[in-house]
Amino acid sequence: MIEWIISILLLIGGSFVLVGSIGLVKMPDFFMRLHGPTKATTLGMALLLTASMIFFSSTQAGFSAKEILISLFLLLTAPISGYMMIKAAIHHKLDSIDRTKGIDNIEDDV
Amino acid sequence: MRSQMRLEAKFRWLPTPLRSLLLFIVWLLLNNSVSPGHIVLAVILAIVIPLATSPFRTKQPLILKPGLAFRHLMLVLYDIITANVQVAILILGPNKKLTPGFVKVPLDLTHDMPITILASTVSLTPGTVSAEVYPWRECLTEGKEPEERFLLIHVLNLEDEQALIKTIKQRYEAPLKEIFQC
Repeated sequence: MIEWIISILLLIGGSFVLVGSIGLVKMPDFFMRLHGPTKATTLGMALLLTASMIFFSSTQAGFSAKEILISLFLLLTAPISGYMMIKAAIHHKLDSIDRTKGIDNIEDDV
Repeated sequence: MRSQMRLEAKFRWLPTPLRSLLLFIVWLLLNNSVSPGHIVLAVILAIVIPLATSPFRTKQPLILKPGLAFRHLMLVLYDIITANVQVAILILGPNKKLTPGFVKVPLDLTHDMPITILASTVSLTPGTVSAEVYPWRECLTEGKEPEERFLLIHVLNLEDEQALIKTIKQRYEAPLKEIFQC
């Protein structure tokens, strides 16, 4: 029974990470590429880590809680790395695709 | 009486109670044990580290409504899950249907900490990544509050700009204002 739960969690988690990576390849410009890794991947990783937690709690003595910490750190760092990258992209004036709306909302550097 | 935004904790020897609690829990989780020795060590670390690092920290608003903060956290976690599914569908769909856009959201929040939390929640929730906070930090004069702040966000599929701004303000910013009373 537990093996089933772990396998299902691994599969769903793996497919979310895969979708995030597909987004990274498939999207037309840098700004849109960022959306995959910052979101789809966080939930995927959370599911994979839950699977790992269940596996180690059931096979070894005691409850394995390190995975909660890893998920927390991921949730904290994903938006920050995304922010750093998009800031760098704006600073370098990377091209965005033509139909991007509200491009004038970007203010010039000081 | 309406409570005011506070920058300092009530107790001198425990400048950041929540951070101490977090350190305590993280230490126990890292060691994966609740033996008495580790609990004593965790208590010592939880008290000493905030005291030792407090001179380096800039004062940030404290969480004044812990209950509301917890409810907001649950809402955000729920939104992260739905956001993931939505973005997955958008990514797998045809690229031609997506109209990305930059949107400027006016902010009512004032301090770095609440703005950082808002920017991070925006990055983790449906189809939006926060990009920049205006005005630029370099343009600010020391000790003077800017008249208006904006959060620049990039939206994966922009349909209704006003509705999006309204959602962000009501769903994520209003609870933060309430939690920090700023």
